[in-house]
Amino acid sequence: MNILVSIKQVPDTKVIKVNPKTNTLDRSSAPAILNPYDAHAVQEAVRLKQKHGGKVIVLSMGPPQAANAIRKCVEIGADEGYLISDKKFAGADTLATSYALYKAIEKLEKEQGIDLVLCGKHAIDGDTGQVGPGIARRMGMPPLTNVINVESVDTDNKLIRVHRKIEEGHEVIESPLPCLLTVEKTINEVEYAPLPNMLRAARYEPYVWSVDDLEDVDIKQLGLKGSPTIVGTMWPPEKSSGAEMIEGSTDEQVSRLLEVMNDTQELLAVKGGDGA
Amino acid sequence: MSIEEYKDVWVFIEQREGEIFDVGLELLGAGRELADKLEVNLCGVLLGNNVKNSAEDLYAYGADIVYVIDDPVLENYRTETYMKAVGDLVRKYKPEIFIYGATSNGKDLASAVATEVMTGLTADTTMLDINLEKRLFEASRPAFGGNIMATILCKKHRPQMATVRPKVMKKPEADFSRTGKIIEEGLGLKEEDLQTKIIDIVKSAKKSVNLEESDIIVTAGKGIKDEKGMAMVKELADTLNADLGASRDVVEAGLIGHAHQVGQTGVTVTPKLYIVIGVSGAVQHTVGMQNSDVIIAINNDPEAAIFNVAHYGIVADAFEIVPKLTAELKKALDKEGVTTNG
Ligand SMILES: Cc1cc2nc3c(=O)[nH]c(=O)nc-3n(C[C@H](O)[C@H](O)[C@H](O)COP(=O)(O)OP(=O)(O)OC[C@H]3O[C@@H](n4cnc5c(N)ncnc54)[C@H](O)[C@@H]3O)c2cc1C
Ligand SMILES: Nc1ncnc2c1ncn2[C@@H]1O[C@H](COP(=O)(O)O)[C@@H](O)[C@H]1O
Repeated sequence: MNILVSIKQVPDTKVIKVNPKTNTLDRSSAPAILNPYDAHAVQEAVRLKQKHGGKVIVLSMGPPQAANAIRKCVEIGADEGYLISDKKFAGADTLATSYALYKAIEKLEKEQGIDLVLCGKHAIDGDTGQVGPGIARRMGMPPLTNVINVESVDTDNKLIRVHRKIEEGHEVIESPLPCLLTVEKTINEVEYAPLPNMLRAARYEPYVWSVDDLEDVDIKQLGLKGSPTIVGTMWPPEKSSGAEMIEGSTDEQVSRLLEVMNDTQELLAVKGGDGA
Repeated sequence: MSIEEYKDVWVFIEQREGEIFDVGLELLGAGRELADKLEVNLCGVLLGNNVKNSAEDLYAYGADIVYVIDDPVLENYRTETYMKAVGDLVRKYKPEIFIYGATSNGKDLASAVATEVMTGLTADTTMLDINLEKRLFEASRPAFGGNIMATILCKKHRPQMATVRPKVMKKPEADFSRTGKIIEEGLGLKEEDLQTKIIDIVKSAKKSVNLEESDIIVTAGKGIKDEKGMAMVKELADTLNADLGASRDVVEAGLIGHAHQVGQTGVTVTPKLYIVIGVSGAVQHTVGMQNSDVIIAINNDPEAAIFNVAHYGIVADAFEIVPKLTAELKKALDKEGVTTNG
């Protein structure tokens, strides 16, 4: 069973800092990492490969540095990596991104056959979660989003059964293969890479494709040109009139706080009342 | 495609077993304002099995027209069926704007429809408006990384689509004197023709916390540092009989479960009292709590952005003030307890 995992390199939003004066991002403060959800997708693919055979192919669209994110996937256990990288892809929103990735997957599908596509639930830089379903629609595959468990794969009958998270619990869904899953972090634990994987990853060079390496591409659907959404204005969020600052020594601050909370008598009633 | 042909504001009305999710009603409230500005109809899109009876309830929340597809195949959400149903309606009736609740299924559907009809979609928006001069939908959301909001536009494609998280918009007062009309369509799909099958739906035991319903929330940010700080905040929360909230950084540090995360990728909360300790106030956090009745912020940095949304601010070291506050509250509540519990 050949499994393709679509992965993205993202800035680590946990450490990125905003300059409070200019309201701009200090990009140099943020190292680029493999989107955490995608790491779980690769791990799941490796797990499925160990059970059912085949190989794990990772694909990413991004600048040349994104090769590092692909290396990270090789550490987890991916067999091959492809990076589609071209100025013509730049500035893509989710619609144009899913188009470019679809064109690459179509080519890989023709060359080696793809039985399953995995994506992360979303990328932490934008949190949209739109690219996975977009790829699925273009490939004509059923998309199964928010997957928390792959219960079984029946390679003879080409069927997969997964658990999909919904607000009230989860659904058990069966779908024919090939299909596309987007995975939640709870689907697995990303394991520590074994040494041979680390060594292989350190030297690994992914295949790099430009637009010209893809077939039947409609240039108008790529990059900025192919993106229906554009960013209009950016502004700092509205400031309220500002807080009433409670000054003084710690003791004074505490007693004023108690006053504030006491004034809102209701609050203490909540506590004293039903206590549920 | 001529974009002038596209009119009306649509809201996707999500339901399960005939029960309509609140987020759909909240979005009718937001959609009503957009439709009034544009002087067009506000329409609900209601799909399901035996849901037609609920359609008329939507007038009360602002809908002028409700598009209904009632079919056993639509009993439970599946991308395959819902995407076809919504895609057909969009192609036939051409809405100018289409908003969806950012639930698991709402996001899934909106993403699929965006590709199906080839248009733009903005995820997790927190503010919606119209630029009347250019007749453009302005969908705004916190942008990447920090204290910035961005307005996303979709100039040349229709419908202009966005998802909005539950509780971000206010559910309007119901006005049962309002009337409207129902337009019913068919689906044209049979269960046998479908690829995906729902084998089972497993409802999990009630969530351990449901911050959306809490009256008092005490939230810990990265300023509380570690388990010890967390225990300190928990003691304050317990004293107040409050629920515990957390910033994303605290959740990612493994100090508490994701169900406690407040903000853009957590829950949106509206308690009577929100005490927030050691949270810097990034917009992704504040969009989830800024509508709380009373917000008290404790932070040792006088410049922290959290003070912009708080009603009361205290510049202090959490490790110094929180234990004292807890102790004093215990005293006060003991006295209080005699009168209120007696
Ligand atoms: C797409 C996306 C989605 C996101 N979604 C969410 C979300 O849903 N919820 C969320 O919370 N965040 C979310 N974030 C992250 C958000 O941008 C911030 O990074 C995060 O909220 C910061 O958490 P924090 O305030 O706890 O930590 P920090 O920003 O590190 O702030 C810690 C604060 O503690 C103060 N402090 C330090 N020591 C003390 C002390 N001894 N006493 C008192 N104060 C002290 C510091 O002055 C500082 O202000 C998201 C980010 C992105 C990019
Ligand atoms: N540039 C990209 N290259 C490869 N995969 C991507 C890219 N962008 C998004 N994806 C995939 O789509 C998922 C959702 O991304 P997003 O829609 O941006 O939140 C990610 O977890 C990846 O699996």
